[in-house]
Amino acid sequence: MNRGVKFTGVPSMEEIKACPGTPSEERFEKGPVVAIECVQKIPCNPCEAACPFGAIEVGSSITNLPKLDEEKCIGCGVCIPKCPGLAIFKIHKNYSEKTSTVEFPFEYLPLPKKGDQVPCGDRFGKYIADGKVLNVKNEKKNDGTTLISVEIPKEYFMEIRTIYRGGER
Amino acid sequence: MRVVNHPILGEEKRKEYVTIYYNGKPLNALAGETIAATLMSAGIRKFRKTPKYKRDRGVYCGIGRCTDCVMVVNGKPNVRTCVTPVEEGMSVETQIGYGKGEE
Amino acid sequence: MKETQVVIIGGGPAGLAAGIEIAKSGGKVTVLDENKKPGGQLFKQIHKFFGSREHLAGTRGYEIGTKLLEETKDLGVDVILDAPVYGIFEGKTVVYSKDGKQHQIKGDKIILATGATENTLAFPGSDLPGVMGAGAAQTMINVNRVLPGKKVLMVGSGNVGLIVSYQLMQAGADVVGLVEAAPNVSGYGVHASKISRGGVPIYTSHTVKRAMGDGEVSKVEICELDDRFQMIEGTEKILDVDTICIAVGLSPMSEIAWTIGCDFTFIPTFGGHVPKHNENMESTIPGIYVSGDISGVEEASSAMEEGRLAGIAASEALGLYSEEKAKELKGQVWNRLNTLRDGEFGEKRKQSKNVQISRYMEDANE
Repeated sequence: MNRGVKFTGVPSMEEIKACPGTPSEERFEKGPVVAIECVQKIPCNPCEAACPFGAIEVGSSITNLPKLDEEKCIGCGVCIPKCPGLAIFKIHKNYSEKTSTVEFPFEYLPLPKKGDQVPCGDRFGKYIADGKVLNVKNEKKNDGTTLISVEIPKEYFMEIRTIYRGGER
Repeated sequence: MRVVNHPILGEEKRKEYVTIYYNGKPLNALAGETIAATLMSAGIRKFRKTPKYKRDRGVYCGIGRCTDCVMVVNGKPNVRTCVTPVEEGMSVETQIGYGKGEE
Repeated sequence: MKETQVVIIGGGPAGLAAGIEIAKSGGKVTVLDENKKPGGQLFKQIHKFFGSREHLAGTRGYEIGTKLLEETKDLGVDVILDAPVYGIFEGKTVVYSKDGKQHQIKGDKIILATGATENTLAFPGSDLPGVMGAGAAQTMINVNRVLPGKKVLMVGSGNVGLIVSYQLMQAGADVVGLVEAAPNVSGYGVHASKISRGGVPIYTSHTVKRAMGDGEVSKVEICELDDRFQMIEGTEKILDVDTICIAVGLSPMSEIAWTIGCDFTFIPTFGGHVPKHNENMESTIPGIYVSGDISGVEEASSAMEEGRLAGIAASEALGLYSEEKAKELKGQVWNRLNTLRDGEFGEKRKQSKNVQISRYMEDANE
């Protein structure tokens, strides 16, 4: 049982579902959308200016948690590399009948290649399931933050957030 | 071990090497790097032995404040290796106790 | 003897920002730094900074450092490197050593921006090579591109421990765990989440019992702590590591402020004994200012703002800014500082800073 980010360093499912950056269940069904898993009030707001559609609001008090406007968000993912906390993910729940896609920021080497089968991990880095790499974007403007998109079994769309880095823990 | 390719810092671009001598043994060093960096890149972490109990010491603070990393450099003891750049032909030796002039 | 209007001791984010402000006001300024390269700890920060657009949020620390250096060059700020300052004597005469000789420089005003130093932790085996400050590991990997070891235990879950763990993994090391004595993670959740995603277990209520190895670290024994921070027998775990990084806080490097007689006060949030100062960052000795971690351990962003504040205040005191202009500029900096000190992590620092200033004011009113 995850007691929450203050105790484990990882937000609990309750904290994630309660934060204003997480889309509703209905919105996840409708198409690609971002999930901003930012649950602590720290002074930070680059995500707000990053969105070309104005779908992210932090406001004049920059410690506010970013609020996602689900209607405005089209799931383009431009905000993902702008978050210094690497806390934004793009989810396409209904990519296919049985699979979803998750796009996450990644700042390690080696980078996988498009088409690779990769082991995928959850927020604790625990192995969940294998996924297929759909895209690896390492654009100069993202200043070293690579975006990796994986296709994964749909039942794990709220869990898989990274590539499993291996090792016995 | 050197980090040849880094996800943020990119590839190693420095190309100029010099040779330093660690207890007489030649070591490849990147021009301008610190002695401590050269030694650590070769997996050498024991830099000196303490005066009384002869315990091994090495880099601790890494920025020239704690003096745990001192060695005998070109015959001179108590040189802080973490802030001293390498030079071609430099001699670096394990410092035993206080170095020269101990007794 | 060299003379100038402002001497700044320390060329890190606070010192450089102060130098820029003095130069912008038209003042003559010299920055002295003991290192061969300026920028303090800024050039080791390869992660993206937080804050607002004004704080250059989203920019990597070393890029902010480069911008600061370019600005100091453009404005003609005199920066003397490899010049450790070892005293301030009568008439604000700063004495430093360079190329084996003693040098003196006299300033009308002096700004102390000497930063902070890492704390240490003692345990059996803590003197073994392989046990080092987290900052030392950070310097090795980000400045020298050298791995200090392959399997690391990190001690401390503040932002330094969390960030350096992440950077060690980026450099190719394996962080086998992070121990934190308190029952909760003390740094930002987002930093902790990054390393958790990377598979690093965070052991709260744990500490190091001893480090083992023949002349250097090869294993570490950790164990659990009870709610009174006492080791619980039977909970020991031995981990295979060759490196133990200590990230248990920083303390202001304030020797020079002590030696010249600045009044100090004890504020745990800021790392212990800190010099009292007013809203202009002026210490209890008129004409001596403090800024950055020496005035209280916080972060690079607030260090830069405090540097700007001290610089503007010193310029005002020199008559380079009118009272009105200085008030406007200082107000802008205070707004930005207050923003940085907002939120669940910043609130305590904001209160502590108010206490520090109020203690200066108490003295001043006696």
